[in-house]
Amino acid sequence: MAENKPLLKAEDVSEVFGGLKAVADFNFYINKGELIGLIGPNGAGKTTIFNLITGVYVPTTGDIQLDGESIVGQKPYEITQRGIARTFQNIRLFSELSVLDNVKIAYHCHVKYGLIETVLRMGRYFTEENEITAESLKLLKIFKLDEHAYEVAKNLPYGAQRRLEIARALAAKPKLLLLDEPAAGMNPQETHELMEMIRWIRKQFGLTVLLIEHDMSLVMGICERIYVLEYGMIIAEGTPAEIQNNPEVIRAYLGTESMN
Amino acid sequence: MNSVRRRDLTMLIIGLIIFGVIQGMISGGMIGAFWQLNIILICVNVIMAVSLNLINGYTGQFSIGHAGFMAVGSYVGVVATTNFHLPFIVALILGAICAGILGFLIGLPTLRLRGDYLAIATLGLGEIIRIVIMNIEYVGGAAGFKGIPHLTNFAWVYGAMLITLFFIKNFVNSSHGRACIAIRENEIAAEAMGVNTTKYKVMAFTIGAAFAGIAGGLFAHQFYLISPNSFTFLASFNYLIMVVLGGMGSITGSIAGAFVVTFISAALASFPEVRMIIYALALILLMFYRPQGLFGYMEITNFTPIKKVLDKISGKEA
Amino acid sequence: MDFVHQLIQQLINGVSLGSIYALIALGYTMIYGIIKLINFAHGDIYMVGAYLGFFGVTAAGLPILPALLISMFVTGLLGMVVEKLAYKPLRHAPRISILITAIGVSFFLEYTGMYFVTPTPRTFPDVIGNISFNAGGFIINGQQVLIFAITIILMALLTYIVQKTKLGKAMRAASFDTETAQLMGIDADRVISMTFFIGSSLAAAAGVLVGVYYNTIDPLMGIMPGLKAFVAAVLGGIGILPGAVVGGIILGVIEALVAGFLSSTFRDAAAFAILILVLLIKPTGLFGKNTHEKV
Repeated sequence: MAENKPLLKAEDVSEVFGGLKAVADFNFYINKGELIGLIGPNGAGKTTIFNLITGVYVPTTGDIQLDGESIVGQKPYEITQRGIARTFQNIRLFSELSVLDNVKIAYHCHVKYGLIETVLRMGRYFTEENEITAESLKLLKIFKLDEHAYEVAKNLPYGAQRRLEIARALAAKPKLLLLDEPAAGMNPQETHELMEMIRWIRKQFGLTVLLIEHDMSLVMGICERIYVLEYGMIIAEGTPAEIQNNPEVIRAYLGTESMN
Repeated sequence: MNSVRRRDLTMLIIGLIIFGVIQGMISGGMIGAFWQLNIILICVNVIMAVSLNLINGYTGQFSIGHAGFMAVGSYVGVVATTNFHLPFIVALILGAICAGILGFLIGLPTLRLRGDYLAIATLGLGEIIRIVIMNIEYVGGAAGFKGIPHLTNFAWVYGAMLITLFFIKNFVNSSHGRACIAIRENEIAAEAMGVNTTKYKVMAFTIGAAFAGIAGGLFAHQFYLISPNSFTFLASFNYLIMVVLGGMGSITGSIAGAFVVTFISAALASFPEVRMIIYALALILLMFYRPQGLFGYMEITNFTPIKKVLDKISGKEA
Repeated sequence: MDFVHQLIQQLINGVSLGSIYALIALGYTMIYGIIKLINFAHGDIYMVGAYLGFFGVTAAGLPILPALLISMFVTGLLGMVVEKLAYKPLRHAPRISILITAIGVSFFLEYTGMYFVTPTPRTFPDVIGNISFNAGGFIINGQQVLIFAITIILMALLTYIVQKTKLGKAMRAASFDTETAQLMGIDADRVISMTFFIGSSLAAAAGVLVGVYYNTIDPLMGIMPGLKAFVAAVLGGIGILPGAVVGGIILGVIEALVAGFLSSTFRDAAAFAILILVLLIKPTGLFGKNTHEKV
């Protein structure tokens, strides 16, 4: 592992909100190609960590590195351009737009045609636009959304909206994909399908994935390594089997959620 | 040939046919001076409404100081033609550049603000522009600028309007336009998808301001005199009403809005109070019963029958 | 010496003008605090108040104080009616729809007013007489004394209502979180209605006082003071009552200084320049707290 430089690394990251430590001395790493789970009780600071990684919040102290380069202080769009894309726990689709347009927007940072080419509709505009449409439709097909491509996003059923969020994040062509409770609100059947889908896209797109999830069947089923967070601190790290038998973790969850 | 390009060509030809008909009627003396003026105003207002729509409707940044940029375009334009005897086209472009630069400078700091705050800030800036102009003796101060050559005619305004429409249409139907629309829909998600939200807000604001500058230049050269009073926030509200009435996020809507508002204003010109009361009630009722405006996000080319005809003419490959 | 003298005289004028802004700004800030609406029509409510006061004094021949009270009461009712008819149906509509409706209501009041009372300005009768007080070389006239007195009384009354009464408690709760307040058994509709009543009657008082102070009123008189009072509310921190008062007085003083020492044509620009500066430096205003949007 020492020779394998991690894709993402957080060193002693803390985030303080008005005296309250939401995240304290957070240290973790993700190697290229890994599928990592981040779990913990409600309010443990999981989403805050996503917000720190994606630049929505700036860490009070500590450093976050992507491919060995610090991304602290960069704007969310810059971090996306560097290869981290995310979904949101509380779905944030472009709800009045079509499903297709939701995905097309995310190709934004890969578009090369400029303003003049846009306004005069020059050749490159057409080639790139056609490519974007074709690729978007392909992505939608993967997520079984192609039949709904021209529907307005807000009219999709809940599970489909979650899938669209993932499709949209993939359109930004990330190296690292952050999924914030992708299975929330899904039934067991949908969750199972989602699990297969995450596995598949990881292989297909050569992705590294970090996911927050409360559904333990999903986390234990697909994650290779798991970090457990409580009160903004990591209390355990290990393989699903190790986590399930960790007394600290069982204590943290006891009475709130059962493992398995 | 690409079907999109063919459709553009079709629309251009339709646009030119409409021009030919109206120009013919004007040349043939079938349209009197009053309605000639109003046709010109409609075209100017279309430019204003569409450019404001780019900011308010597509990018979702609620700006209500658009008349301020129009004022800049007007004054720069009239100084260029009257005092420096520059050609009209140069004056228009200079006006657009100055208004655009001002839009950029104003947009950069203010577009950090959201919703109501941005609205009131743009209103304030529009008023500041007007008050500053009122205090510049070189352009006539509060009394206004006199002796402007009458250079505006139907061909100029119609041409400028077509250019504006194609520019804005092509812009919003591109990755750049989608970035703007994404900001309107959900700013946080847009940023997470790699959209530099500040850049695109400022870009929309700058482009909108530049076209308002062109509209200002055209407007000013229609009259012998312009005064800062033509560019109060009431004027800005007027353009806002056109956009809202037509539908925020629809170019067709802005055209319709500009048409309807100008037409009603002209028809009720001799009853100013009644006109404004009708305006007010229409605005309130619109918000009650059709807050998305006449067209919502739709364009006339999206309506199935019209789409079919257009597809047929432009020979869209299935 | 002459400069200092003039400065202090301008300060006195500024505080009088500022008191009027403060009264209007209070209504703005209360309404914004409770339903997050920039009530563009608030300045026109103030205009209606001025006209009611005017007709009270002229047509009905009342002394100034009863005319003021009647105007406040009737204008308060008007505020409630406006809320009920125009804003209440849009309670859950997008903010922009309500904002545009407010612009519509503003136009409606202005031009309906104009239709009935004609656009010609009216001269407000001199109800105070030519009284003035000379305090160490500085002149405070009777109108200014009236403005100070009425403003102080109304603010004391408002403080009492907001701090001590059940209604005030409900208002504070509803402006903190309308939905939770409703769950706690507060009738939010009634509270909002009362907020409009109080805010509008304060604006009416300001309108009558302005009539007394400047002697002239017209149907569009509400536009500028309305916008400036909004600036005052933003300056103090929108939604915060003491902020509106402080903001109003600061704005009045700055305007008086600009008018007195620079040029009166820049007076209006000063207010907007302040607005832009506040929004850029501290959008939450002097007394405001910062808030985040949750991601």
